[in-house]
Parts: sequence; structure tokens; C-alpha cells
Amino acid sequence: MMAAALRGSLVTLAKGLSGARLQPLCARSLSVTSSQNVSESPPARADSTFKVTMVPGDGVGPELMTAVKEVFKAADVPVEFEEFHLSEVQNMASEEKLEEVLSSMKNNRVAIKGKIHTPMEYKGELASYEMRLRRKLDLFANVVHVNSLPGYSTRHNNLDLVIIREQTEGEYSSLEHESVSGVVECLKIITREKSRRIAKFAFDYATKKGRSKVTAVHKANIMKLGDGLFLQSCAELAELYPKIKYETIIIDNCCMQLVQNPYQFDVLVMPNLYGNIIDNLAAGLVGGAGVVPGESYSAEYAVFETGARHPFAQAVGRNIANPTAMLLSASNMLRHLNLEYHSNMVSEAVKKVIKQGKVRTSDLGGYATSEEFTRAVISNLAV
Amino acid sequence: FGGKTWYIKVSFTCLKSKYLEELNIQTVTLIPGDGIGPEISTAVMKIFEAAKAPIQWEERNVTAIKGPGGRWMIPPEAKESMNKNKIGLKGPLKTPIAAGHPSMNLLLRKTFDLYANVRPCVSIEGFKTPYTDVDLVTIRENTEGEYSGIEHLIVDGVVQSIKLITEEASRRIAEYAFEYARNNQRTSVTAVHKANIMRMSDGLFLRKCREVAENYKDVKFTEMYLDTVCLNMVQDPSHFDVLVMPNLYGDILSDLCAGLIGGLGVTPSGNIGANGVAIFESVHGTAPDIAGKDLANPTALLLSAVMMLRHMGLHGHAKKIETACFDTIRDEKVLTKDLGGNAKCSEFTADICRRVQDMD
Repeated sequence: MMAAALRGSLVTLAKGLSGARLQPLCARSLSVTSSQNVSESPPARADSTFKVTMVPGDGVGPELMTAVKEVFKAADVPVEFEEFHLSEVQNMASEEKLEEVLSSMKNNRVAIKGKIHTPMEYKGELASYEMRLRRKLDLFANVVHVNSLPGYSTRHNNLDLVIIREQTEGEYSSLEHESVSGVVECLKIITREKSRRIAKFAFDYATKKGRSKVTAVHKANIMKLGDGLFLQSCAELAELYPKIKYETIIIDNCCMQLVQNPYQFDVLVMPNLYGNIIDNLAAGLVGGAGVVPGESYSAEYAVFETGARHPFAQAVGRNIANPTAMLLSASNMLRHLNLEYHSNMVSEAVKKVIKQGKVRTSDLGGYATSEEFTRAVISNLAV
Repeated sequence: FGGKTWYIKVSFTCLKSKYLEELNIQTVTLIPGDGIGPEISTAVMKIFEAAKAPIQWEERNVTAIKGPGGRWMIPPEAKESMNKNKIGLKGPLKTPIAAGHPSMNLLLRKTFDLYANVRPCVSIEGFKTPYTDVDLVTIRENTEGEYSGIEHLIVDGVVQSIKLITEEASRRIAEYAFEYARNNQRTSVTAVHKANIMRMSDGLFLRKCREVAENYKDVKFTEMYLDTVCLNMVQDPSHFDVLVMPNLYGDILSDLCAGLIGGLGVTPSGNIGANGVAIFESVHGTAPDIAGKDLANPTALLLSAVMMLRHMGLHGHAKKIETACFDTIRDEKVLTKDLGGNAKCSEFTADICRRVQDMD
């Protein structure tokens, strides 16, 4: 450990060239780390309530948002929601709507949202509304903290993983073209700047939360230049954090290890598509899309949503969706706003209901409806 | 009196067809590979002999050589043998990092146009994993997609990798998937894609799958997003039957499914090429640390060989060998180290041979 640290610092001293390259990075890093400390720049407040943008999205999004609003009302949380109904499938979308949402978000700095579904047919633009939102706000880091819920056992218990995913480039570039009829090319873009940014975010996050290891997930044996650049960026950043162990693993081996022995991982960092896969895999390990919260960060904004993002259209109107993920995400949002007391109140109530096991939605093997679950959470709030 | 003649006639016909079947020995190219490759290949040959399978082995080496023009290629004897026999069985190959030549598997794939990678994943009784009742097949397009190998450094610090999807390759893999489902009594085929994000490329793949599905009305066709498949796979894998998908997703999902049943040491795999060529292989590594010590587990190569027998239509022998192998593992008395036991490779092999002979 000591030797590695010494080696690391010796390398940066000896390699004058890399030393020079690392200088501008340090200057950039300030804006990245500030995203984690809201106390430096509090979001817009009005009469000591916080204003938060809410975009319910499609599918069961509106139902989950209702649950959040009800719980917040019962817990007397000083948060006011500004709702926007942006949707690509319901034709409620338009450029002006998107602009409205963006300006509200830029004002409030914090948002909570459901999944805006992307239809497979496209009219003109290849990028979906979700992707454009992410790009315009530069929400480059998606963090999903996968935690086993106490009281609900799955095949793998006591999991505690953090998955950090680069969200603005990679395979989701939306740059596709049909060169000749029947031959389609899709571009995957990897840049050094964004790879470094997400790597720095991952290491900063690991340091802040007291994590011991960061594992980079890649496929550089096949995509030598693309994922090779990503790996190189991660390795360069790893040298700046001698206290944190750095490892790499290939994506297919990673998936296999996650189902055989997920306890070997701590923090995982990866480009866009692999992040999508691993997010969902890990969510499945602890109980599904209904129980894992997630958040997206940019240098200035924070958006809270579920970890595995699915509109779950087949559950609309049937009152069976599990509000756990959205409620836990809302609790994380309260912590981000420095409302520690309310944050703990909400998350404790949710965890208590799950632990008791009497009121569970169908995805966790129970028979309760979403409303019943929400009411159970409200009754367990230690006001 | 007439009854007896009839009896003699029938028994003679049976004997004749059995004799003909025994004479109908097929030659298969065997590529032992590196590391533990030779040991497990020997094990498989022994078991096949014990089962009296009508297979004759032709051993070949595929270490890359530089052909005329400076291009790397596999030795001409190996290529000739494969083209003649059409069926091959391959052990693990090592790709030395600084050898200068591309990965051997890539070379084989290009030489024989191996476009479909088929991996059946079935839970093995006796080898406990948290996931029981897995019974699915992943069929992966193996020639294009994200592994096209076309990458460019645009400017310093910006790299572009190209994912290529063509109509021809998508149609070919979809057709193979449905044919496979039909020939193996599978009920449904699911296309796995991300057409909500990669609307043009995966959209094309999906369109082709839908078109081919029209010709196979007896097989149910569904489509599912890759992330939904991953989510559901780790919660309840029994929902899935045959999965067909482009290259990268196939790579990830097939390894995920291998993890569900116990890892690469027990997973069979087959590569189907154009012109009727098919190479069955074990997908684990060469394990140089245990090479030559009689500790290797031949299960993966054996199950791949069983897959090969089924491909060739020798279902009887396939069933016999497979049952013997599963029985040995279920019994848990003679298991190699990676399966949780202490036996040597030769002991494990001998046990399977004994069971096969007992079945006759």
C-alpha cells in the first residue's frame, strides 16, 4: 500500500509530461466535486421551502410521483414541486416544453423524475427526450447504490455495491447512418475528457463515502481504441488516489462474477451501455426495478430517479407498482437538500414497512397495492 | 410358419441397419488446443470410445502461420481437414499478447465464416448454484455488430468505434435461430435489442427478426430490451427459452447465463458457419497453472461434443454420454476440484466411461 503510494507520487514527479497534463485536470475538478456539496450553493428557496422540478414521465411514473407527494405531505416536508408533463409517446412533447423543463431545472437545481419512454420509431431526430435532457444539463454521472433491503431476502443477501455510469457519450451517441440500403453504422464515441471526468467522479465518490475499491468495467480486448482510452483515463486518475484500490474487469466476466460472487465488487465505473446492463443486473440481484433508487449528477444539477429505469407500461392503472425505489430516491434528494431529519424519516419508514413484511407489492411477492404500501409508509412515519 | 419368417426378416433388417450405421463412421476434426486442451481432448476421446460413438478423430493444430502476402492464416492442413469433415471440436486456445497475430478464435471465425454462436445453458443437477431450473439457449450473431473492429482516433482524445449492422447478417442469424428452435422443439424465440436507443441499427436487426418470424408461425416470437432481459434473468431465468441477439449483447448475455449455471467450466458452445461448417468448443481458458497435472475438468468440452453429436443427428449416443456425465456429477462421489471434489481428471473420465458402458 505504502509502496504503491510512493510509486504513484514518484511517477507523477518523474513524468514531467504527465505532470503538466494533470495540471488542467485539477483546475477542472473543482466544478465536479462541488456537485456533491450543495451547502456551497443552495438551490432556489421560497419561504424556506425548497422548489424542486418534478417530471413524472410515462408508464407508472405519475403513480409513483403521487406516492412521493402523499408521503411528503404527511411528513410535512418543506419541498414544493413544480410539475411538468413531458412525454414522447403521449405527444405531449415539444421543443417549448423541453425548454420549460430545462429552465425550471436550471432555476431549482434539483429535480425528481420518472422515466420518459422512448418509442422505437423516430421522427427526424435520433436522440430521445431523455437523452437530450441529459445532454443539455450535462448530467454525466449516474450513480446507483445497490443495497439489499433488510427483511427481504434474495439469492444474494447483504449486497452493497455502487455503480457509476458515464451518461452522456459512449454507445448512446445517437449518431447513426445508413451508408447503403441494408448497411447501418452506429458510432460509439469515447473521449478522454469525459472518461477522465467520470473516473474522477468515481474516485471522489469512493473517497467521500469511505469506499475501498474502484473497478473499471470495459471491453478493451475487443474495442482496443475506444475502451482502451477509457481504461487509460481511469488508470491515470487512479494514480492520484493511492488509498483506493483500482482494478479492471471485462464486461462479460463482470456479469458472470456478479451472479456468482457479487461481494467482490465495491464501486464500479463504466461507460454508458455497460452501465445500463450492470444497473439492471444489480437491481435484479436485490429485488428488481422497484427497489433500487438512482441519481444523476452534473457539475451544477442533481436529478433523482429510480436505479433501473423502466416505464413499466403494463402496470399502468393497475395500482401494482412498487413505490419503494422512488421513495428512497426522494429520501436521497432530501439528504442532498440538507434536510437530514426528513430524509431519515422517509427512508426509515420505507425500510420498516419492508422489514415487517406484512405489506408488500407483487414484485416482492406480496398482494398489496401501491396505495396500500404508501399508506403503510405514511403510518410508519415517526413524526 | 409365416410369423417366424417375418420375425427373421425384421431382425435381419435391424441387424443390417445397425451394421450400416456402424460402418457410417464420420470423421471429425479435433483441435486439442493449449494448456489443459490436450488432456480434456483425450478424456473426450476415451468417453466416445467407451460409448462406441461412430466418430473418427483427425487431430490438427491451428497455430497461426504467416501465409503468402504476409497475412496471418491457419495452417492449410487444418483448413483442408475442416472443409472436408465440416464438423470440428476445439479445446481452449491461448492468444499470446505480443505474438503479433490476431486472436486465434477471430482467425477461425473469419476463415470459416462462423456466423452463429450457440450456447445452451441448462442447470446441472449436482452442481449447486443459486439458480436452479435454467434452460435456455443464447444465439449470438458473431461476425459484425460492435465487434466489427473498425475504430478510429478522430483527434487526440476522441475515439470512434463503429457498430455495424447489416440486413444480410441479421436475416441469417434470425433464420438460424428459428431453425434451431424448430429442430430442437423449443417453443419461443426472443429477440434482444436496444432499439429504443440505437434506433436505426438495432431497429434494422429487429425488423429482420420480425420478417423471418413470419415464416415460422409455429415458434412464438417476442422482443425484449436488453436491460429488461438482464433484470428478469437474474430474478427468474425460467422465463426464457431461445434468445437471439447481435454480437455484444450476445457476448454479455451468454456469459451471464454461463454464470447462472456454474461458470465456463461446465458450459458447452457451438459455432455454426456458412457452408455447413460447425465447430464446437469449450469456452474456458487454457488454465496453464494446472496443465499437465491431471486436474482439469473435461465437462465443458464433453458437453460441447454432445452438442456436436446432436448436430450430426446421433441423438442416441448424445443422450447416453450426457446422462452418464450428469449422473457422475449428481452422484458427487468423483468430482474434479472446480466442481468441489478431489478426484483427478482421469478418475472422473473413468467414472463416466464406466457408466456409459453399463448403459449398454
